[in-house]
Amino acid sequence: MPVVQLSNVTKTYPPRPSGERPLVAIDDVSLEIEQGDIYGIIGYSGAGKSTLVRLINALESTSDGSIIVGGRELTGLRERQLREVRLGIGMIFQQFNLFTSRTVWGNIAYPLRVAGVPKEQHQKRISELLHFVGLADKAHSYPDQLSGGQKQRVGIARALATSPSILLADEATSALDPETTREVLALLKRVNEEFGVTIVLITHEMEVIKSIAHKVAVMEAGRIIERGSVFDVFSSPRERATQRFVSTVVKAVPDDAEFQVLRSKHPGRIVTVSFSDGSVSQSSVFLEFGRHGIGFELIYGGINDIQGRTFGHLTLALTGESGSVDAALDAIRPVVTVTEVD
Amino acid sequence: MDSLVQLLPELWKATYETLYIVGLTLLFGGIGGLLLGLGLYVTRRGSILQSPVVFGVLNVLVNTFRPIPFIIFIAAAQPLARLVVGTGIGNTAIIFTLSLAATFGISRIVEQNLLTVQPGVIEAARSVGAGPLRIIFTLLLPEALGPLILGYTFVFVAIVDMSAVAGIVGAGGLGNFAILYGYRQFNPVVTWAAVIIIIVLVQVMQALGNVLARRVLRR
Repeated sequence: MPVVQLSNVTKTYPPRPSGERPLVAIDDVSLEIEQGDIYGIIGYSGAGKSTLVRLINALESTSDGSIIVGGRELTGLRERQLREVRLGIGMIFQQFNLFTSRTVWGNIAYPLRVAGVPKEQHQKRISELLHFVGLADKAHSYPDQLSGGQKQRVGIARALATSPSILLADEATSALDPETTREVLALLKRVNEEFGVTIVLITHEMEVIKSIAHKVAVMEAGRIIERGSVFDVFSSPRERATQRFVSTVVKAVPDDAEFQVLRSKHPGRIVTVSFSDGSVSQSSVFLEFGRHGIGFELIYGGINDIQGRTFGHLTLALTGESGSVDAALDAIRPVVTVTEVD
Repeated sequence: MDSLVQLLPELWKATYETLYIVGLTLLFGGIGGLLLGLGLYVTRRGSILQSPVVFGVLNVLVNTFRPIPFIIFIAAAQPLARLVVGTGIGNTAIIFTLSLAATFGISRIVEQNLLTVQPGVIEAARSVGAGPLRIIFTLLLPEALGPLILGYTFVFVAIVDMSAVAGIVGAGGLGNFAILYGYRQFNPVVTWAAVIIIIVLVQVMQALGNVLARRVLRR
């Protein structure tokens, strides 16, 4: 039983000005997120991912379809009941959205007060959370006295205050520098591993997905166009948009312009050899070239590690007799994917 | 100068009356304006209790009454003052009329200051399950408190200004004093005495407002 289940969900906004066509933000999306997953949702701005995540905690209502969160159908619930559902779902934001009139302590206490947790339990819970996010010394600081990374740590502590089972992260690292991004992602990973919190991660940065997500869905124009385990999507992206995202973190095959430059330097045959996890080692492929007396030069590509599994594409310029090249390629085809480029 | 010395008891009485009229107006109009401003804020599109109909009605109401010049508003609202506070003249009547006019003016200032609160902060409160009333009183007002204090300080000065014409319905205060004993008696010294007291009042209140706002904003 998935902890979040969206079935044929559609969200349209009324046209402004009226008379125009309504804006379709989410278009017939179905999605299942399992307990304990870190599920990444990637897309360019305007793809609908922010709306999608707000449907899960009912900050936005669906126009059509069904959303089941923690076994409870959200559509048709009254506002008061939705507030109970939200208590079980934490959320963090790109701009942190801390309460500037309250201290760090006051920010984390807020959801506890909303949830009706007795005041004498606040002390213990808040100091636990502050230690977990590494801000025990900042309890009485105000948000404007903190750095971006510290603010997001407070955001995470606030979101976890009522021990939710789901955490929604809406571009949580997009306003942070690369170093701080790594720290916050490591913290989110700990939240997932130590507390078993399911995380739904919205981002436009493939690096974020690559470093902590288990599964990924790619959104474009309100639809999910591709989904799967992070390894599968990274190693063999099918859709063009997915390929563009993957190419931001994975050096795979040369694009047309790059190929023209390579072609002008290497008049012979050019092939791309693709390795995937568990397949034959590179050395056996290169040995085969040697056995057939073929020279090769590595001109493009790379080997990538996605959460301990490797894959990669190596583009090679080959030199040697045409017949021997064919024989060598035939010899390696059973174990790797070979693509002739021209 | 001699006449001013003779008029000193009247001047102190007028000062007291101005403080009395302005103080009560700030109280009643302040509360009315806060509620009306909150109403405008929470019912606007995308806000926590959005309602295009209620917002439209409130918006038209404020836009209708706010631009009426106060001296005309006093005359127009006199029957209403008789109905509500039982008299159309004197300090009580002018406090009623001033409070009513201030409610409309203050509501816009409150609305504007509430709009400076980042929508994301409100969304964060909604995301932890907070309801509209809790959001208004435990988050929205504290988040906007600094600008609201400065807004109300501005309003104080505006009410002092408006109260100057209170004399036309027989109410007192420094404005009435300056017109009655200064302007009509061709005695600029008396007029200026009232002016100086008004300047002092305004300066003191502005300084107080600034200090409070700075403390709330921590800068």
